[in-house]
Amino acid sequence: MSDATFSDDDMKVPKRGTRWHILVFLAPAFIVYSAVMILPLIETLRLSLFNTVDGQPAFVGLDNFQVLFGNERWAADFWRALKNNFVFFAIHMLIQNPLGIALAAMLSIPKLRLATFYRTAIFMPTILSFVIVGFIWKLILSPIWGITPFFMDLVGLKSLFGPWLGKPGSALITVSLISVWQNVGIPMMLIYAALLNIPDEVIEAAECDGITGWSQFWKIKLPLILPAIGMVSILTFVGNFNAFDLIYTVQGALAGPDGSTDILGTLLYRTFFGFQLQLGDRSMGATIATVMFLIILAGVSLYLFGIQRRVRRYQF
Amino acid sequence: MSKARMSPLRSSFVHLALAAYTVIALFPVVLTIFNSFKDKNAIFRTPLALPTTETFSLVGYTTVLKQGDFIGYFQNSLIVTVVSIFFALLFGAMAAFALSEYRFRGNTLMGLYLAIGIMIPIRLGTVAILQGMVAAGLVNTLTALILVYTAQGLPLAIFILSEFMRTVSDDLKNAGRIDGLSEYAIFFRLVLPLVRPAMATVAVFTMIPIWNDLWFPLILAPGEATKTVTLGSQVFIGQFVTNWNAVLAALSLAILPVLVLYVIFSRQLIRGITAGAVK
Repeated sequence: MSDATFSDDDMKVPKRGTRWHILVFLAPAFIVYSAVMILPLIETLRLSLFNTVDGQPAFVGLDNFQVLFGNERWAADFWRALKNNFVFFAIHMLIQNPLGIALAAMLSIPKLRLATFYRTAIFMPTILSFVIVGFIWKLILSPIWGITPFFMDLVGLKSLFGPWLGKPGSALITVSLISVWQNVGIPMMLIYAALLNIPDEVIEAAECDGITGWSQFWKIKLPLILPAIGMVSILTFVGNFNAFDLIYTVQGALAGPDGSTDILGTLLYRTFFGFQLQLGDRSMGATIATVMFLIILAGVSLYLFGIQRRVRRYQF
Repeated sequence: MSKARMSPLRSSFVHLALAAYTVIALFPVVLTIFNSFKDKNAIFRTPLALPTTETFSLVGYTTVLKQGDFIGYFQNSLIVTVVSIFFALLFGAMAAFALSEYRFRGNTLMGLYLAIGIMIPIRLGTVAILQGMVAAGLVNTLTALILVYTAQGLPLAIFILSEFMRTVSDDLKNAGRIDGLSEYAIFFRLVLPLVRPAMATVAVFTMIPIWNDLWFPLILAPGEATKTVTLGSQVFIGQFVTNWNAVLAALSLAILPVLVLYVIFSRQLIRGITAGAVK
């Protein structure tokens, strides 16, 4: 790093020459981060342009992508995984985040009794691993144990019960809702923090003008927490397009029934690592990882340059 | 400051809603733990009842401890988590100090470079990470996991810690310099102790995803000797899927340590999220 040279007026330490300690402070983090994270990421992107031709690795340009998007063996799986991933994300945006905002709005009511208890309890599922959460819900939804039918019977809806995880029509929605149950704590906490940051004077001014209750939330608080909502959305996006553990645990690597819960993460795992009779394919795995990278990059860029800059921030 | 008072009706509605969701959040976990202490008949006949002296049974736990090496899994998870957090915090704090304390050419660029990992998940490089670990002979070692998790933890650690280090007073550091302390002594003896609360926050944040990760143990260290708790319970439960006692006991064993830690650290964690996360 020849970066560690400086002009005189920048110096805080009246020493001349190379300040080696800067290098020493930066080097360990830089080396580990570059070697284990950035270089493999670049290498993965590079691998997506190569494939094995006649037993030799060869540069194939964008052929891998063409195969992934158009080849009859790959395309159906890929587009289904992509579509499922968007459904997965949509369910989080439509249920998890509004629910998180509602819980945060209630928790942030001043002098609410038991608020700490509610907050701690509702956040608890978020710290559990997907494996635990997946299996617990598998047991609870299982027709053998009968917990869910029992509760549905209590409200007179027993006839609607079905083996939701086992039906292609309902499996994806069920898995998404399990994920919502686990992760609702994150939007709740971030929005809660944003609500606490609203100064009392603003709320008092609103109250003087007779704006209370619902209209206070919609007209005063919601506009002020829009930046936090934007941040929650992008975190949800990145998390969802990178998800794997829950679906692998609940539905297995094949993301059944009949691939109906397959998302990009499980498709990547099967493709590059192989599963049962399917052999691992490094090039196609790298290709799928590259597509995921581009999707996440597009989302993050849209957030950073499109949304974050436009959302009006209020300085207090 | 006087807030407009909530009507009792509205207040009880809020409590009802929050209590209802609290039940939804806690019920599945409580149900699992209770039933893990019952015999098989009671699990199915009265799943909602507490274990009584008649239905109490530890058969699930004995099966788990006999069949699966859960103590070994715990050890692996503990080693991986603690060592990764140690290095992520140490290296992260050093880099954060360099970025926040010194002005040098490329400072901003280096800061941006180190921040990429906050948004881009390390999983996307798995294909090449596995390849690299195979080449380095690190497959099925805890070292592989430690390296990956250290790299994964660094970006957020650097980001949060450099925010905090900017608040450490310059006078204090300059006083140290006048007293002849080296830059290393200033970092280790003056600055590090002052940012300890921030380091605790980062540690808690970093710990959860490492302890819970399934992806990297599955791909880099699936061997019996290096299984983490998360992978170990995943495989174990997959094999014992029809033995409900064993499954419930394994789940409870995996939940309990996390739950205990959460009860101890929840204040720290929640304060950490609500203090710095949203700017």
